[in-house]
Formats: sequence, structure tokens, C-alpha cells
Amino acid sequence: MSEENFLREKENTIMDWQGQKLAEQLMQTLLLAFAVVAFVAGYSLGSFQMMLLIYAGGVALTTLITVPNWPFFNRHPLKWLDSSEVDRHPKPQPVKSKKKPTKQK
Amino acid sequence: MHSFGYRANSLLTFAVTILAVMCAMASFSDNLNTPSPSSQVEVLSINWFQRQPNGNDEVSMTLNISANLQSMFTWNTKQVFVFLAAEYATPKNSLNQVSLWDGIIPSKEHAKFWIHTTNKYRFTDQVKPFLEINFYHYLFKPSQIFDLFAIVGKQSPGKRIQLDIALACHAQDWKDVC
Repeated sequence: MSEENFLREKENTIMDWQGQKLAEQLMQTLLLAFAVVAFVAGYSLGSFQMMLLIYAGGVALTTLITVPNWPFFNRHPLKWLDSSEVDRHPKPQPVKSKKKPTKQK
Repeated sequence: MHSFGYRANSLLTFAVTILAVMCAMASFSDNLNTPSPSSQVEVLSINWFQRQPNGNDEVSMTLNISANLQSMFTWNTKQVFVFLAAEYATPKNSLNQVSLWDGIIPSKEHAKFWIHTTNKYRFTDQVKPFLEINFYHYLFKPSQIFDLFAIVGKQSPGKRIQLDIALACHAQDWKDVC
């Protein structure tokens, strides 16, 4: 089934739900941590430029860790139903009601 | 957070917001620093004194300027702009401020300086508005040249006016530049 192949391919490019949560938490924590480190370092060194450089490095590192779809983000992959299973359990059809629709006054 | 673009967008927005907060905190930390600049200016000599064709007076002088502005530099300071202005009153204009010299101090090491210079910009005093210039006035009343200036070391007839030279400085922060 083409849908199955589509889903299998998509799995390589997306994260699972646990992975997404992990990615978001990692991103926020890392950025905040680097910001604090950068501010403290800049203030104690007396250099505005140092602060910006450390922070820029931190942003780059966080991007590398969080944005690409690493395997450790996909440790709980979703199990899609097999196509053979789908054929064995036909979709239930909606029951056609014999009652006439009531008229509204 | 399920697609590459979504995560990248989220990360960049958060990063820039945090950067704005950091810069604001850096600006606030400037209030912790109380600057205590000191300076001294001496007029060494008057080089020349002339009347311009449009009726205004002009003078050139040599100055000794020394200052210590090191306390103005914090970690958030990019540069300090210093200028020397002559402030005085005349019968014609109640307040005159003329900028004679300015400079940019890029770092703390350069903030303690002594400089011996003529005035960088021309020091002119407005004698007549343009409409009133009358060549005959100039010819018949040469003594008007001395009415408006009283300069240290120069004897002049007529009114003596106090000439205050004020050294002012302005610290430019990174936020003005970025």
C-alpha cells in the first residue's frame, strides 16, 4: 500500500511524540543555560563582545543538537497498523437510520 | 515540533527573545556605575582675529585640553564622544554655544588624555543677520570687532563678556550602535 510506504518514509524525517517533547525541553534549557553563562562571563570579563560570542556559540550548538532529526529523538516510534491487518478487519459501516428526520418548527 | 522548519523557527525566535533580554539587562547594569569624569581646559593663545565678509567675527585659538574620562567606561560602553563648546552671552544673542573641538574615545585606555591643539572648527560669532549687512557699517565702525569678545589675555575696549568653555561628553552605548 502506498500509504504504508509514505508513512515509513515519513518516520525517517519526523520525530515521535516523546522525541518532540525532549527536543523542545532540550532547546529551552540549553538556550537559557548558555544565556546565563554568556551574561556572567561577559560581565565578569568586562567585555560585551565576549558575551555575544559565547551566546552565538551556544545558539549554534543548540541548533545542532535540537533541530536535525537525530535517532535518539525517535526511540518510541509509533506503530502504524499493518496493511494485512487492515484487510482482516473491515471498517464498520455507518448504520442507515430508518427514522425520518424530525421537522423543526 | 514535528518538522525541521517548525523546530528551527521556534529555536530562532526563542534565541532572539533571550538575546533581547540579555541586552536589556546589560543596559540596566550601567546604572550601577556612577561616572566621575574630570577635565581641564586652558586657552594658551589667540592666533588671529578677523572679520568675515558677511559681517561675523572669527577667532582662532590654541588650547590645552586634558581630561580623565576613564570612569565613564563600563562593559556596555562602545565609545565616548567628547566635545568642547564655548558658551557665552552677547548683547545680540542671549546664549551662544559654539563647538570648537570634538573627538571620539574608543576605549578606556585612550580615556585619559592631554591634547594641545588649535580649535578644530571655526569659532565665529554672529554680528549681523544677513539682511542687515551694510558695507558702509563695516567701513565706518571698525571698533565693533572688539565689542563682542572678551578673551583671556586680550585687552579690549567696550563690554567685557564672560567666556565659558564647557567640556561635555556623551557616552555611546552598544544599544545605540547595534
